[in-house]
Amino acid sequence: MAATVSLRTSGGKPSRRGLQDPLWLRAILITLALGFLVLFLLVPLVYVFMAAFEKGFGLFLKSLSDPDGLHAIWLTALVAAIVVPLNTVFGLAAAWAITQFRFRGKNLLITLIDLPFAVSPVVAGLVFVLLFGRNGFFGPFLFEHDFKVIYALPGIVLATLFVTFPFVAREVIPLMQSQGNDEEQAALTLGANGFQIFWKVTIPKIRWALIYGIILCNARSMGEFGAVSVVSGMIRGQTNTMPLQIENLYNEYQTVAAFSFAAVLALLALLTLVIKVIIEARVQRQGNESGLPVSVPLVAANPVLR
Amino acid sequence: MLKHRQLLPGFGLTLGFTVAYLSLLVLIPLAGIFVKTATTGFDHFIASAFDPRAIASYKLTFGISLAAALVNGFFGLIVAWVLVRYRFPFKKVVDSLVDLPFALPTAVAGISLATLYAPKGWIGSMFAPTGWIGSALVADGWIGRFFPPDGLAENGIKIAFTPLGIFVALTFIGLPFVVRTVQPVLEDLESDAEEAAASLGAGRWKTITRVVLPELTPAVITGVALAFARAVGEYGSVVFIAGNMPMISEITPLLIITKLEQYDYSGATSLAVVMLCVSFALLLTINAMQAWASRRSHGV
Amino acid sequence: MNIEIQHVSKEFNHFAALHDVTLEIPSGKLVALLGPSGSGKTTLLRVIAGLESPDAGRVIFEGRDVTALTPAKRKVGFVFQQYALFRHMTVADNIAFGMSVRKRKDRPNADVIRARVEELLGLVRLEGLGNRRPNQISGGQRQRVALARALAVDPSVLLLDEPFGALDAKVRKELRHWLREFHDTLHITSLFVTHDQEEALELADVVVVLNHGKIEQIGTPREVYERPASEFVHEFLGEVDRVALGGQSIYVRPHEWVVAPVAEGPHELEGTVISMHDAGPVVRFKVLAQEQTVSVELAPRDYRRMQIVIGDSIGLRRESREEAVVHKS
Repeated sequence: MAATVSLRTSGGKPSRRGLQDPLWLRAILITLALGFLVLFLLVPLVYVFMAAFEKGFGLFLKSLSDPDGLHAIWLTALVAAIVVPLNTVFGLAAAWAITQFRFRGKNLLITLIDLPFAVSPVVAGLVFVLLFGRNGFFGPFLFEHDFKVIYALPGIVLATLFVTFPFVAREVIPLMQSQGNDEEQAALTLGANGFQIFWKVTIPKIRWALIYGIILCNARSMGEFGAVSVVSGMIRGQTNTMPLQIENLYNEYQTVAAFSFAAVLALLALLTLVIKVIIEARVQRQGNESGLPVSVPLVAANPVLR
Repeated sequence: MLKHRQLLPGFGLTLGFTVAYLSLLVLIPLAGIFVKTATTGFDHFIASAFDPRAIASYKLTFGISLAAALVNGFFGLIVAWVLVRYRFPFKKVVDSLVDLPFALPTAVAGISLATLYAPKGWIGSMFAPTGWIGSALVADGWIGRFFPPDGLAENGIKIAFTPLGIFVALTFIGLPFVVRTVQPVLEDLESDAEEAAASLGAGRWKTITRVVLPELTPAVITGVALAFARAVGEYGSVVFIAGNMPMISEITPLLIITKLEQYDYSGATSLAVVMLCVSFALLLTINAMQAWASRRSHGV
Repeated sequence: MNIEIQHVSKEFNHFAALHDVTLEIPSGKLVALLGPSGSGKTTLLRVIAGLESPDAGRVIFEGRDVTALTPAKRKVGFVFQQYALFRHMTVADNIAFGMSVRKRKDRPNADVIRARVEELLGLVRLEGLGNRRPNQISGGQRQRVALARALAVDPSVLLLDEPFGALDAKVRKELRHWLREFHDTLHITSLFVTHDQEEALELADVVVVLNHGKIEQIGTPREVYERPASEFVHEFLGEVDRVALGGQSIYVRPHEWVVAPVAEGPHELEGTVISMHDAGPVVRFKVLAQEQTVSVELAPRDYRRMQIVIGDSIGLRRESREEAVVHKS
């Protein structure tokens, strides 16, 4: 079943003659659809950029180069640099375990991997405060050793790990399941060891889904707000990521500055969408050329709740 | 459990790592919520989770989420229809944009919507008493004059900082879900059934409503459920545009944060338990619905 | 290299795929594992390859117990049913794969690998296709690439899982001839799995007939066809009728009847021709004799000599052979 922002490779059917809806119906429906989308999508998106550049390009740049702002950018990038590789390794390990072997409890494992999607980001932040906050489970222990998790980088990393946990796994697993593991078995008979099979046979097969999962994981890591705002304490210049910096600036009525950062993140989002379109086209083309079965639509069997 | 050795290498390593990572990062922390609630006692849990302020937040959160999801159901179906079946300029661009709410950070959406719908914002000002919509609705406006003595909206319609603003934000956030759930189903629909109906003399409207739409119902319902589930937990896009006034426009996630800021850990946790239970129930329901939907389409 | 299977059993979820199978495969022969779906033939092949491990029993290569060895260590060449070519590598890279994953000290250098790939491409008659991708070549060509890839690592035994299953009829026939010639050149011990008895009879030196996880018979194609050991083998290997003759229930194949006009006795059966199909290499007709319907095949020249038409009365007797095949029911 469909999940949002997963790659669609089923491709459109050729146009259907003889079953055209009447012109009046088409006009109404297109107007309604486009009107809805313009109002709810386009206008907010365009507004972000307009508000950022309201006072000119100069102020836009100045807002970004404010020391606290630069720190926010750096922190955001750092968190992403830690979180994305970790969750990618996890996603690949889980995919290998699930698709190459037979064992009981496989479906349960797949459902559990989707769990973070079902949890509100605020709750996600809360769980780590409960564990590592001053009054939390490990609170006293951490305090004694002068190691801060909450209101510090480790907390932000943990919360972001939690929230972006399933992204790579759920792009890669369905694809590997549909491709089967005949090629891996063949490589085994030809004498390859585990790593060789993984690098030379498996990774090339799934590379587009893998890239896309990584891009999504990255976009989400950089944009996460709810979970991070709970654990970070929003200490300017220290624990503010870009989304938190946006909130700070906005609450202080520094509108242009807030929207400047927002524009950067919005650009990142648009880039994510562009990459998705490119990847979809690549996968389509590969599928159309081959006599081999097209990779199944890169959708997850479990619902996306985030 | 394993009678045979596994054929390909790496079973122990990958499964072990997977389970360990999953447990440490997800399962144990989540369990922590339930453990905490258990240790503070059932009565305390009930008191916190169901006090008037909490209940007001539930009504608000669930109510508006549902409304937004239903609106997305209606418009999402239309958008999916138009994207799959019609041709118009820039269709590909429009199609890609549908994913924007999913890709855009919630804080960005939050401040953009809040500013737009504030009384002085581009859209909010249209609904203010001086705007072109608002002025029509006040007591002496061309619509409002039929509704003495105060018109349809005494001071125009205020969107930001009211539940209406929350509705707007949650509609934005749920937009892709119905569209992306219905689109593949529409794309894969064979035209045979419609052609048969047409050859039997059914007009286009009848064909659509009686042959095609029923096929789409499971997908629409699933999409609405997904949008609802997403909206219920949403924080970032809502917190700027909501008034955040207790009992009136305070969503549950915000209430959790407020309690945390007051160091009321157990209160916050109680609310989190309620949200988790709802989320898990939704997760199971949606799974079941998807199983039903695929049985329906494959069982034929 | 000869192969011994000793008392091998394998169960999947309480389903007995193989039950106490014992078998010896002579060195250098082309052997068919023949049987209907679910007979265990593919499972047996995979057990020999090391892709499945048996619940009981041993697999022995040239006197050496390989049951615990991985497929790579057994030096088997395995050709999968859907070929399992590495879809993102060229044909040449596919063939070179086995050599390229060897440990550094055992790995031949790039020139040697390239030469061997060319040699193999020539052997399977795919010269010049080295740079193509699997999705750019036909099914029959993919099959030969899979074969070349398996051969590249100098296996001592070649195992093919339904090698011609995915191909259309004409290509299948051509490849059958080709595989037979190929085997005659290389003389590697080879096993192939098939459910097509015609294919097994045409190709193999030895046919192993399997049913429900057990071996029904092992023999040359002629042996299993003319002296089937059981009802199952008799019925599986070709068309056959069960006829009541002289108080016994006898299996007779359509071409085993000798046809003569009623007047020229003696006959074992007399009856009327009720249908006829005159096409292809034989003429088939059905004869109704005392409530039994019997299928008969005649060579076209005999048929034309006798000028049989529907409604004629004819007499049938079996070709004399040393012993009629009677199965205990």
